[in-house]
Parts: sequence; structure tokens; C-alpha cells
Amino acid sequence: MKQQTARAAIDSKQIKKLDEHIIEIVSDSGEGAQTAGQMFATIMAKSGNSVWTVEIIPAEIEPPARTPAGASGNRIRAGSFPITNAGDGADLVIGFNEQVLQGGKWENRYKPGCIVLLESMWATHRDPEIASAYSSVVNTLREEGYRLYEVPMEAECSKYIPDPRKGKNMFVVGLLCNIYGRDLQLARTEIENKFGQKKAALIKPNLDLLQAGYDWAEQNLEFKFEVPPYGETQPLVVANGNIAVALGVVASGMEICAMYPITPATSASHYLSEIFDQVGGHVHQAEDEIAACAFAIGASYAGKCAVTITSGPGMALKTELMALSVMAEIPLVLVNVQRGGPSTGLPTKVEQGDLLATIFGTPGDAPKIVMAPATIEDCFYSIITARKIAETFRTLVVVLSDANLATGQQAFPRPKITREWAAPPVDQSPVPAGKDPLDWDPKTGLSQRFIPGQPGGMYTLTGLAHDRKGHVAYVAGINQEGCHYRSLKLAAFQKTLKPPKVFGEPSGDLLIVGWGSTKGAIEEAVSRVRKDGLSVSAMHLTFLQPMASGIKQIMQKFKKVMTVEINYSDTLEDELIDEDNRRYANLAWLLRARYLIDVDCWSNVHGQPIKPGSIEQMIREQLK
Amino acid sequence: MTIKEKTSLFGLSSQCVLKVDDDYKTLEDYQGRISRWCPGCGDNGILTAAQRLCRDEQLPPEKCVFVSGIGCAARFPHYMNTYGFHGLHGRALPTAQGVKFRRPDLHVFVNMGDGDCCSIGTAHWIHAIRSNMKLVVMMHDNNIYGLTKNQASPTTPIGRKTNTTPRGAWLKALNPLTVTLGITNASFVAQVVEWLPELLYDVIRQAFHHNGLAFIRILQRCPHFTPDVFSNLLSDPKKLLMLEHENGIKLSDTMAKLYQTRQQHDPSNLHRAREIAEADDLVPIGILYKNESVPRYEQLTKPKQKPTWEQRETLLNNAFDRFGINIDARAAAGNI
Repeated sequence: MKQQTARAAIDSKQIKKLDEHIIEIVSDSGEGAQTAGQMFATIMAKSGNSVWTVEIIPAEIEPPARTPAGASGNRIRAGSFPITNAGDGADLVIGFNEQVLQGGKWENRYKPGCIVLLESMWATHRDPEIASAYSSVVNTLREEGYRLYEVPMEAECSKYIPDPRKGKNMFVVGLLCNIYGRDLQLARTEIENKFGQKKAALIKPNLDLLQAGYDWAEQNLEFKFEVPPYGETQPLVVANGNIAVALGVVASGMEICAMYPITPATSASHYLSEIFDQVGGHVHQAEDEIAACAFAIGASYAGKCAVTITSGPGMALKTELMALSVMAEIPLVLVNVQRGGPSTGLPTKVEQGDLLATIFGTPGDAPKIVMAPATIEDCFYSIITARKIAETFRTLVVVLSDANLATGQQAFPRPKITREWAAPPVDQSPVPAGKDPLDWDPKTGLSQRFIPGQPGGMYTLTGLAHDRKGHVAYVAGINQEGCHYRSLKLAAFQKTLKPPKVFGEPSGDLLIVGWGSTKGAIEEAVSRVRKDGLSVSAMHLTFLQPMASGIKQIMQKFKKVMTVEINYSDTLEDELIDEDNRRYANLAWLLRARYLIDVDCWSNVHGQPIKPGSIEQMIREQLK
Repeated sequence: MTIKEKTSLFGLSSQCVLKVDDDYKTLEDYQGRISRWCPGCGDNGILTAAQRLCRDEQLPPEKCVFVSGIGCAARFPHYMNTYGFHGLHGRALPTAQGVKFRRPDLHVFVNMGDGDCCSIGTAHWIHAIRSNMKLVVMMHDNNIYGLTKNQASPTTPIGRKTNTTPRGAWLKALNPLTVTLGITNASFVAQVVEWLPELLYDVIRQAFHHNGLAFIRILQRCPHFTPDVFSNLLSDPKKLLMLEHENGIKLSDTMAKLYQTRQQHDPSNLHRAREIAEADDLVPIGILYKNESVPRYEQLTKPKQKPTWEQRETLLNNAFDRFGINIDARAAAGNI
């Protein structure tokens, strides 16, 4: 009887229309959930949805199988409106085993009661412990109200391939294409592109698996969804933040990237290594982070600006060279793809904990320019801008990306390429007599850089305190003079900045201030509460050092100002924490110190992007 | 030099009158600021040798870059009238690599002390040797930290009292020659002393003409803290083992009389070079190893293309296509 009802439900299934859906695919490492996720996200994007993806990466390459912390996979948020962040809990989860699913549940990645499609082979596993662990999780999930469907992935896939572990992911893509009504032809093209000519023999079995998954869902599931296209017809580029950074390096005209492997920054250099030689560029993998930075500085000194790409621990090692770049006025772009800290911290997870270390981390006074991309698109343009600023102001520019941007995928308008992005050729003309290598302009602190090879420009650059000729300072007052001009350069740069825009009304009860990758989540949360009539606005800062004029005036128009950040801060809920000892989130410290406004903060270090739902809930509590 | 045309001169053929070119550079042209090293410092001799090299090779001063780290030796670039990069302690080599990589047309020299090279910069020393970029690397080895005032360095002799080892240095000194000769891709390893200026010059000159990274350990007296560490070598010339070869250094007759411990050593013989470097009793002088055929990093990584903006545009367009959606609309939107 029950079976008959199910059959009837399947036969008469209706397509449910949705604005957005969040899909998560998790497996053991090596089972291909990441590939499946990327492929399905591309299919969704190519069929017109706005998409944001997040990689789920375990800390090890092949962690023990069937463990909650070993989950590897991908999360796709697809919608009919512009998606700017990873969103809240997943609506549909596909698990290759019940343990990896547990991990996501414990991290609150799933909406309570969401649809779960789970590989069923474990139910009859010969190891009784595995079989019982499986049935225990299945029972719990059902009791908790999840809509759980057991899928015989292994059994279905072994009809087509000898080792189903290597093919389940394509079966899953087929499942999803059926559930979301996606054209299988798009998936076929993706498979053909993926395996290409090199692995042509693999195309046929994978196409079979795709079809099998599609058919299985058609015959066995009683639901189907439609997420209508967003209607974007202009040309777009879908990339993650690290790819965007690498393309930004190419577009900026830079020719040398010096790096040392570090998660989550390295994939930018992987992609760059693949393409850079086509434009005469080179990725130099140095023996350590310090050498990478020194190499980049040496290259910058002798010609066009170079870039070094790293993450927090790597930036810590480069500190002394960062100060040298500032002190000796050598242009340098440093990209820090932030990860969880302190120390080795959470290498594969997101955090925004390096802001203060970047601004203040160099001993002595080393005024540098610090900027933070907020979107994948920003990752591209920020590098072009950073290169320009570094060369114009003869200084260090740090671009603070993070793991959320680095591995998240988002579509953005295809950039219109312009020659102005790139640096002009290196000046090798003779230096006029009487010009000094540090001819500081009294108003701006700016001076013309001499590049080796320029006749008449010979001087010795030094990290010691030096005068206008680059001579080591032995006279009191010279260090003051140098520090003065280097600081003035920041002021001169600050005058070129536009005040940030306010998202929402220009005044109200609460202003949320953010920086970096949290922009999409913050603005989504603010939009939701504004719909309910709450008087909340948001402001996002791109330049953190120096900050644009007008920020104070914006903040003063709100009854309360608070930052939302992914880094650690104390809360007053702890017995010992009070106004005298509370430690604030990075940006909150900065705003409080600069503007003398009582800026509050809400931040955490769960190693996950902040969900718009969590911000929304926090805002509602604030305004209760 | 050119021969000046003159119709007559008192008793001389006009062919014999030489005039120096207007742009001929003299030693003074390479002299930078006045050195502030202590009187009697061995660094002065090294400086003179470098200036003489530039003069003899008539190197355009703007085409030379002297890169250094931190320490007494690292003040070197300030005393040259060329481009100079007085950077950070230990980091001279990766900085110099960056300069050379960016600008193969420049002559890049590196000056480091023993602490700079063999202590704080050790990782760079190993990997720079392995990269084998065309650099002349001078390691001024005075067996001590001088500028920070008398602390034991990796090459300080065992038992020597310093400010950080008041009861004597604990460890046996590190041997920079055996280390360097043990590194894959080492292509030029020499040792010389600053108090034999002709040999010093000759080795630096050969290093300059070497097609790869030339590493020269220069034993250098510090009149302040280690005036005596090399006194046995000065008082007993037999302690210096002169490595002679047609592809290495050749002693003048006078020198040969003075320095009687001599050996024919073919610098292409790496095995023998390692044996010589290993010996504790004698201090080898000359070129221990030379191999012109070791590939250079800048050759191996040389981009196939000379960068042009058009290539960048093509590359970006290809990438935007690869990651693109609605590619067909791009022309209409003016994106291509």
C-alpha cells in the first residue's frame, strides 16, 4: 500500500518553482564530490542561474574514510536573483556516506528537515559496525524530520564501471540534472571538456553514469525543482577569487610572481603558472616565504612592479621585507589570502584576522596601503589597482583576500580589457643632473624612482635611515624627515579616495560596517530586515589603510554602529569581560581608535563564511 | 683606447701616441662614498679589487648592481659608484636573484658576511647555488659578527672567546667550501684571501666571466675583533695550499717562491675539489671547482615570448572565454 502511494507520488510529481536552492555534495576525499559540485554549478550558471559555490576541503589530502571531519565536497547556492554569498543552510544534501553528512550537520550547514540523498550501500555492509552506524544515523535523521532518501549509488554505478568509487560523482550530476530539470546536453559537454582528448576513453562510461543518475531520479524520486534563470544575458565570467587574482596579475601587466606554497593562496599561483609564460611572465617558487618576497622586491627594484602571493603565516615571515619595501620606497604588491589563525590555525578555512597585523605588524613606522576585495570581481580589479598605486606611490600595497573568496565561485560581468591597466615600459632614460633618488615632494612626499640601467641615477638603496640621496643617516633629524615624507604619501593617496556608499538609508538605528568577503552576506541580511521595516543600513570599506574621508560623518547619522567580521572578539556575556578589557574585532578597533565613536562588533571564528541568516538574527536581537 | 692622429711629435711616430677615450672610465669613476670600515679592514682590499674589475672591464656604472645584506661587508655597495641594494640581513641572494631575473642585462654582484651567508641566510645560500643564476657572490669571511660587536659566527674557530661564547665557541666551525661543493648545480667555487690582492683580483675576474653563479669565499681580517685568526696563515705561507691550473689561477714566479705549498688542481674535478675542501690542515687558495655547463635558472625559465600587450589581451580573452557564460553576447556588448 505504502509502495503504491510512493509510486503514485513519483508518477504525478510536480515541478516546484523556487527563487533559490542550496545544494551540498559531500563525500570522502577522492570520491569526486568537488568535481561533481563544480560541474553542476557550471551547468546551473550556464543555464542562466546566479551561482555562488563554496569548496568543502578537509585539512588533509586523504583523511581517513567515513569520518565527519574528512568530508570533501562542494556547496552550490543557485538563484534567480543576483547571489552575493554562500547563503544559509542547505536545502538538498547528497552524501556518499552518513559520516561525512554528520560533519555538515554538526556545523549547522543544513536547513533542519532538508532533503537528504544518501548512498545506501552501507546498510548491508559486511562490517556490522559500519552497517549499524549507518542505520543509526539514518534513523536519527528521519526522527529529526529530514526528508531522507536512500540511493543505491554503488549498485547502480557498478552496472557501468568496475570501480564505482570513481564514478558515483557523475551519477550524482545526473541525479541533480533531473531534480533541477537541467538539460543533459550541457552536462555531456562538461564531461567531454573535462576528459578531453587525453582521456577520451573515460567519456563514454561517464556519460552512461550521467544518464543512469538522471533516469534513477526520474523513476524513484517524487520531487522536482525549478530555479528559473536570472535573466542575465550580458557576457559573464565565472571564476573563483584566486583565478580572478591570477587574471588580475596578467591584466595589470606584472611579469613576475614570487611565491612559496601555502594554503589557501597557492591555487592563484597554480593557475598563473599554467598561463603566465604566454605573456612572458614567470612564477618563481622560492625556497621560502622570505625569499619569495625578497625576489619580488629585487625584481621590482630593477623594473616593473612584481607581486608575491601568500596567506597569514607567510605574510608574518615577510614582515621585515614589507618594511623594507616601505622604507626603501620599492613598489610591491602583496596578496594575503587570509585563513584561520593564529599560528597555523585553520589552513583551509576562512578568517579575516590579519587586518591589524597587516597595518601595524611591521616594527617601526611603516605606512603602507591596505585594501580588501569584497567580491570575486573585486579580486580581479584590486590587483590592477594595487599595481598602479604601488608604482605611483613607490610603496607596498597589501591586498587582503580570504579563503571564502579564494575558493568561492561567482559570475561577474566580463571585464572590458583596456591597455591602461598595464604599467608603462620601464624608464631607462638618463637621470637629469641634480636629481636625487629620493627627491621627496614637500607636499606629497612623492619622488621619482631611479631604476638600474638609468645613466646618472646610480645610488645605493638602503633599509637604514637615509637622506634624499639614499645616504645612510648620521645626522639627527633625517629619520624624522624620511618617516614624515613616507607618511605624507599615504595622506596624498587618501585624498584620491571616494567616500564609501551606504547600502540602505543614510541614517537610522543601526549601521553595519564590514570589509572583505562578508559584503554579500551583510547586505543580504540588511535587505531582509529592512523589508520588515527595521531601520538598518550597511557600509563596506574597500580601503582599510588609509580610510576614505566621510566615514565618520556616515557613522554619526546612526544611533548604533557595529562591525560584522570573521575574526575573534570578546563579548560582554563573559563574566570577566567588561568595557575596560574587551578586545574588539579588527575593524572595530580601527574605527574606534580613529573616529572616537563607540563602535560595537559581532564576530566569530567558526572557520565558515558568515551566513546572512546569522547576521539577520543578530540584527533582530540588537534592535529588540 | 684609440690611437690619436697627430702629424708630428718630437722624435716619435705618431702611431705611438695614445689618447684615452673621453668616456674611458678610471678607478675614480667606480668609487662611491668614502669607506667607513675600520682602518686595516680587509674589506677595503675587496672593494679595490671590485673597482679594478669594473674599470678593466669598462662596465657602465649604471649597468652594475651590488646587492648586499647586513653587516660590515654589506656596506660595500655604498662605496661603489654603481647602483646598490643594501637590503636585509641574510636576504642578499634572493634579492639579487630578483634583480638578475628581471634584468639579465645588468651585472649583478653580491657581498655578504659569514653571518649573513652561512647563518641567517643559509637557506638562500643553498638554493641560490642550486639555481645557478649568473651572479658574482663574494662572501667576506672574517669568522665573526663585527657590526654587532664580536659574537660567534658559524665560521668562528672552536674555542674562540667572543661576547656570546665567553668560555670559548662550543662548536667546530662550519666549512663553507664543503657545504657549497655539496650543493647540486654548484658551478664555481673559489677561496682566496684579501691580503693577496693579485690573486683576489684574478679570482674575482674569473668569477665575473663565469657563466653561472660564482661563489668566492674571501678570508678577510677584522682588525678589531679577529686580527689574529689568520695570523698563522700570514706568518707561515706554507699553510696556504695554492691550487694552480691553466683553467684556474697561475702564480707569478715571485709568488711561487713565497708560497711553496702548491698543487696542480683541475677545477673540473669535483671529487678532488671536495677532498681538498675537506682537509683541515691546509687552506686551499684558488678555484676549487668550475663547470660552465651547469644550466642557469634564468635560461631554463626564460619565457618563450617577449611580453606584449596584445598577447596579454589574447590571453585574457581566452581565459574569459574559458570561464565565460553568454560568450556569444560578448561581441555585441563590446567586450572583444
